[in-house]
Amino acid sequence: MPKIQLKGVTKRFGKKILAVDNVSLEVHDKEYFSLIGPSGCGKTTLLRAIAGLIHPTKGKIYIDDALVNNVPPEDRGIGFVFQTYALFPHMNVFDNVTYGPRVKAWEEKKAASLGRETLEMVKLEKRFDAYPHELSGGMMQRVAVARALAAGSKILLLDEPLGALDAKIRNELRYEIRRLVKDLGLTAIHVTHDQAEAMAISDRIAVMKKGRILQVGTPYELYMKPQQIFVANFIGESNFLEGRVTGVKGDVATVRLRGDLKVSAKKNKAAQMDKRVVLAVRPEAFEIAKGRKNLVNGLNGVIEKVRFEGTDIRYEIRLANDDSIIVVRPSLGGEWLKEADEVTVGFSPEKSHMFLYPPKGLMAELEVE
Amino acid sequence: MPKFKVAVLDKISSHKTIAYSIYIGAILFFLVLILIPPIFGIGLKWNLIGEITANPELMSRAVNAIWASFAVAIFVSIIDLVAGIPIAWFITRGKSRWLNVVDTLADIPFVVPTVTLGYSLLLFWSSPQGISSLFGDSLVSPGWLLVILLHFVFSFPVVVRVMVGALLDYQRTFEEAARTLGAPPFTVDRTVTFPILKPSLIGAFVLAFARSISETGATMMVAGIFFENGAIFVKNMKIQGQLGPLVFVSLILILISCAIFGAILFFGSKLNVPIQRVWPSFERKLSSKGVAATRDTLTLLVFSLLVIIPSLFVALPTFNAIMDGTINNAVSGSGIWQEYWSSLGLSYLVGGLATLLSILAGLPMAVLIARKRLGRSVSAVLNILINIPIIVPSTALGVSLSIFWTSSAFVPEIMLLILAHLSITYSYFVRSLVAAIERTDIELENAARIHGAKPFTVFRTIILPLTKYSLLAGAIMVLTRSVSETGATLAVVSQLRTVPVLLVEWLSEYQNNQLTTITPSDIGLGCGILIVLSFIVLLFLKLGAGRKAVY
Repeated sequence: MPKIQLKGVTKRFGKKILAVDNVSLEVHDKEYFSLIGPSGCGKTTLLRAIAGLIHPTKGKIYIDDALVNNVPPEDRGIGFVFQTYALFPHMNVFDNVTYGPRVKAWEEKKAASLGRETLEMVKLEKRFDAYPHELSGGMMQRVAVARALAAGSKILLLDEPLGALDAKIRNELRYEIRRLVKDLGLTAIHVTHDQAEAMAISDRIAVMKKGRILQVGTPYELYMKPQQIFVANFIGESNFLEGRVTGVKGDVATVRLRGDLKVSAKKNKAAQMDKRVVLAVRPEAFEIAKGRKNLVNGLNGVIEKVRFEGTDIRYEIRLANDDSIIVVRPSLGGEWLKEADEVTVGFSPEKSHMFLYPPKGLMAELEVE
Repeated sequence: MPKFKVAVLDKISSHKTIAYSIYIGAILFFLVLILIPPIFGIGLKWNLIGEITANPELMSRAVNAIWASFAVAIFVSIIDLVAGIPIAWFITRGKSRWLNVVDTLADIPFVVPTVTLGYSLLLFWSSPQGISSLFGDSLVSPGWLLVILLHFVFSFPVVVRVMVGALLDYQRTFEEAARTLGAPPFTVDRTVTFPILKPSLIGAFVLAFARSISETGATMMVAGIFFENGAIFVKNMKIQGQLGPLVFVSLILILISCAIFGAILFFGSKLNVPIQRVWPSFERKLSSKGVAATRDTLTLLVFSLLVIIPSLFVALPTFNAIMDGTINNAVSGSGIWQEYWSSLGLSYLVGGLATLLSILAGLPMAVLIARKRLGRSVSAVLNILINIPIIVPSTALGVSLSIFWTSSAFVPEIMLLILAHLSITYSYFVRSLVAAIERTDIELENAARIHGAKPFTVFRTIILPLTKYSLLAGAIMVLTRSVSETGATLAVVSQLRTVPVLLVEWLSEYQNNQLTTITPSDIGLGCGILIVLSFIVLLFLKLGAGRKAVY
């Protein structure tokens, strides 16, 4: 069954650009897998290497345990949805969708019925005779997916397929694509820079930065157990509190922050006495109370900015040690606070993630370019 | 540009009246100086048409000549596409650093003076000094076949230019999408790439066709005594002083060409390449690396053996010229070489002025057509009219210009020469620039306007930088075309000598006067200097402009 394996794949463009750096990865059969990372991190290059549209400089690519490095794209048994859709402008919707079956010389009736079925799947059967320039962005995207599906491939590669659509259609279509992939039992690799999109639809996600894979895991694992500072920041959002470990006891480590503030954090391998560390705490992991309150890991501060974001309220808070943090609370629960309010924020040690302070500094570690 | 000048020009360009005046001026310039004289001059002598209608023998000869013109033009345009597309493909899809040189070599037939090009092919294919020396007899005698070989060669750069530009602009994502859907490269090209590039294929065909229909000087060199097409008929009638048949054939050529262009433009968009049927195993074999390598090898062989070597053959005696001291005479400017250098200067002066005028008058015209400044209909009509000057047989064009200008006012010969060259080159420049502007997203101009840029600043900071490679390339094409032009120049000058005219005279004297002092080394070196000079100019442009230079 369609399993995809990459072993030490590297892609260089000229001498200076290292687009993909020694990537090894396994995508399971019928898995919906996402490659996520900032622009220019190499995720599209990796996807194109899997499709055979570019050749890796080094490393091996396997599909169904067969080495495909020298197999041309047309023989890899993959469907590809391009960011720009790449619908053939001189063909109507039906001809676009049945292009794969036709170039493979499938029986005409079979190709036609497959074309109709896939168009029904994407709810565009009534627009079969329209040309690409007559369709909206969302429709073109559906045709692109239908065309890739009609080719009969068991692997679907999607390169930022929703990038050009507005937010509402994007939200609708991402679930629709996942449903189609799961209904048809396909293996899909979806490239996106939108972490919310990846979290919503993926079985597993690989986070990439500067050509390397930093962490692979389920959306839950990446959100709850980030193994790197970059992942903690890129998947969801995090506040970073810098400090030094002053005590380790049981499952808890004590960290002294700037301004001699002390907090407790869940112990992990970074929790070594006297080591400089960074604590990552999600904005939604903080509790917040007006005035001076006794909260776990309570820190005092003043609200500098309040932003209403519909489902959430976002507070920007200046702590007593001059650090700035973001706290997000549901807008429909609890008291709304206002700017200049004195507050206490706190968090449970289990909801923090401790990392050794990066050798090149925190800002360098969080850089996306 | 100094700020105060920009401010002044910005202010001027903001006035709608002035902007429209510039566009109207560009149209008037085109109509009065480019379009009407080559046609109206002939039209003025329409009353002489009785000379041919009353002479059935001459009429039959004219009809045969017209038929020969279209047969050769259509056949040659097709084989130019067949041979030109693979070389354009090779240039745009290859990875070698030498591709710029191959790309520039493809322009060689464009920079060799047309008569000299004809002579070069005659030497290569028919004379004992050429390839015939290997076979003991004339391999290709003057006549049909040699005319076809010649027309194939001089129309070739036009097809390569158009297709290189089209392939560079083409979105490769379409090909990638087709490959991922299971189509091998040959199927992709047949079903996706070429149907999408159809407008460029039609454009290349039209230009090659026009070039073939109008060419005179070179065709005369290789036609022999039995072949006569429309252009040669016109030239023969001019020599015999029979203006009636000249007028008749010229007008028929123009009218039928326009009808063919109209039909191509109208039906071309409706013509669908058969893409429904696919033969997977056969097409897969055609897509193999072996077949691609064979195709590239054959392409380069055809390119070298049929285009480059025959085109440059005339310059081969340049090596003798270096050995036998002719080059010393040339450098010192002694004897016949004094006139050569002054002719070369005149050629570049006329070419430079024709280029300058083409740019000045062509820029607003190109913007007007591409951006439909006076409405869709005006743009559509101008877009067709622009083609007409390049389909008039060059001799007829020269004769027509002489009749038109001498009948209306006294025009100095140098002016007549510049106007003739302008008529021939202007359309090439406008065509290239229209394509370049159309490829530029209009939203970029809108964005600049919204951010406060006046029309002149939009032109200076958006249109010009984004089209500068095509503009430069178009200008060089105008210059080289002008410097190498022969047929029309011969028809309009009596005193002045451009380099091609001088070379024709040398050639004629060498062929017809046994007592002449002109040697093959002189002719070879004369052509060689011109070719090397033009080649250097072209190569510098391409290296400077990178791979983006498209016509």
